[in-house]
Amino acid sequence: MGVKVKILEVRDLVTGYTDLNILHGISIHIKSGEIVSIIGPNGSGKSTLMKTIFGLLRPRGGAIVFKDHDITGVKPDAVVRLGMSYVPQEKEFFPSLTILENLEMGAFIRDDDISDSLERIYAIFPALKEKRQIRAGSLSGGEQRMVGIGRALMLSPDLLLLDEPSAGLAPVMRNMVFEKIAEINRAGTSILIVEQNARRSLGISDRGYVLETGRNRFEGRGQELLENEDVLRLYLGG
Amino acid sequence: MQLVINGLVIGSIIAITAIGLSMIYKTLNFVNFAHGDFVAFAAYIALFANASLGMHLASAFLVAILATIVLGIFMEKVVWHPMRRKNASRTTLIIISIGLALVLRNTLIFIWGGSTRNYNIPVRRGFEFFGATIAPNQVLVIISAFILVFALHCLLSRTKIGKSIRALSDNIDLARISGIDVDRVILWTWVIGLGLAAAGGVLYGLVTAIRPDMGWYLLLPMFAAVILGGIGNPYGTIAGGIVIGLSQELSTAILPTEYKFAVSFVVMTLVLLLKPEGIFGGAK
Ligand SMILES: Nc1ncnc2c1ncn2[C@@H]1O[C@H](COP(=O)(O)OP(=O)(O)OP(=O)(O)O)[C@@H](O)[C@H]1O
Ligand SMILES: [Mg+2]
Repeated sequence: MGVKVKILEVRDLVTGYTDLNILHGISIHIKSGEIVSIIGPNGSGKSTLMKTIFGLLRPRGGAIVFKDHDITGVKPDAVVRLGMSYVPQEKEFFPSLTILENLEMGAFIRDDDISDSLERIYAIFPALKEKRQIRAGSLSGGEQRMVGIGRALMLSPDLLLLDEPSAGLAPVMRNMVFEKIAEINRAGTSILIVEQNARRSLGISDRGYVLETGRNRFEGRGQELLENEDVLRLYLGG
Repeated sequence: MQLVINGLVIGSIIAITAIGLSMIYKTLNFVNFAHGDFVAFAAYIALFANASLGMHLASAFLVAILATIVLGIFMEKVVWHPMRRKNASRTTLIIISIGLALVLRNTLIFIWGGSTRNYNIPVRRGFEFFGATIAPNQVLVIISAFILVFALHCLLSRTKIGKSIRALSDNIDLARISGIDVDRVILWTWVIGLGLAAAGGVLYGLVTAIRPDMGWYLLLPMFAAVILGGIGNPYGTIAGGIVIGLSQELSTAILPTEYKFAVSFVVMTLVLLLKPEGIFGGAK
């Protein structure tokens, strides 16, 4: 990972849903080619950070820069066009659409032939190809996660945001998800992950950030954080 | 047999008119109480084009659908879209739709009066079919409804815009995240939902007298069909509409006709109590 360009930089981000602020000045960055993890207790604002980066929630202060474009307060469809994709924490697929239709929706903004992208997704998740005519709502949890990630990969994004990609999955599936994330990264996509499963996530990450009540608490290289005693005690269950 | 035929006729009208109600309910998360009055509006436009302008009913049918869609687009642009931008609550939207329903209905009364009207078409004799008399208009209604449902199916399952309409009603946030132009797809949802409602309204005028409140009274059966079919599930709504139409008509065999409309209410309540996600909508 010799590349040093920052693909995403978030500076002093402040935001919230009501009058109350949830994020009180978060700063993070991702360099091109990196996997970066964000960990922190429930309600610390991890998902809120993701939503704000992607333009679903308006920032009240701070700045977000993606590939030299100021995307502070920019709407999701414009963010998508710049080359960022997002797999939300919940409801990450269209249940009444088939797998194929889910993937097609991921490429909605493209008007040309998308079969190259489809083949690429099927190569990563072969199970999706066989079942492509099946409604996503009737798939298993692991398959639904694949559909969600596959949809987000349809435009070959430069940066992929994943909000708790392993949550609620059986251990085998969880392993599969982390392996696929590493594989997607090796193929050239930078990745920002929010995870409860901090050990696994930091294990595949170049760097990580620890948030607490909407503020940066720790940051460092993945391995460093795994060995940090405070982080261990607070978030990794000792 | 007669009751089954009548039930199928009214059922197909409920089915195609209710689809729009269902899609808008699921996508925008509110019940459009004006939906029935759009149905009546379409019947009156067709009546005007046919009886006053002397157009053939087939052209009047198209004119009515077009006019209803234009009115629907206008409402989306000046009312619904601005309201969404202001994050109006669901209650606000419902109250606005009730207001709109009243305005529409009273406009119809103001222009055409409150009395019942009929299209200016030749009266043709019905034919016998297993002991029942079927009017040609009834056949026309069932065939048209069938064609419309088939066209809708092709649109929803084959075209990009159709798939995105379904995607929006599934998960509007994910649609936005995927880069789908949500406002444009919502506009299409109105166009298709109200286009079908208008078609249903014109067809309804073939088998019943045209009155300003014809759509308002259709709202309860439509709503029952929506609930029965699972909110936002167009195919479920179609099945629900047929079931409601049939049960309404068949109930007249044992109950006084006045109780017809109570049937949809009873069916709807039972479904809500026993299987709230709808009989045909469970596969989520
Ligand atoms: N839509 C919302 N409206 C109002 N408050 C919200 C909303 N979503 C989240 N919050 C609040 O914002 C705070 C941060 O929530 P957020 O979802 O970002 O946490 P998180 O770190 O992702 O937690 P988790 O690990 O449970 O996913 C919480 O206090 C939560 O109650
Ligand atoms: Mg979260």
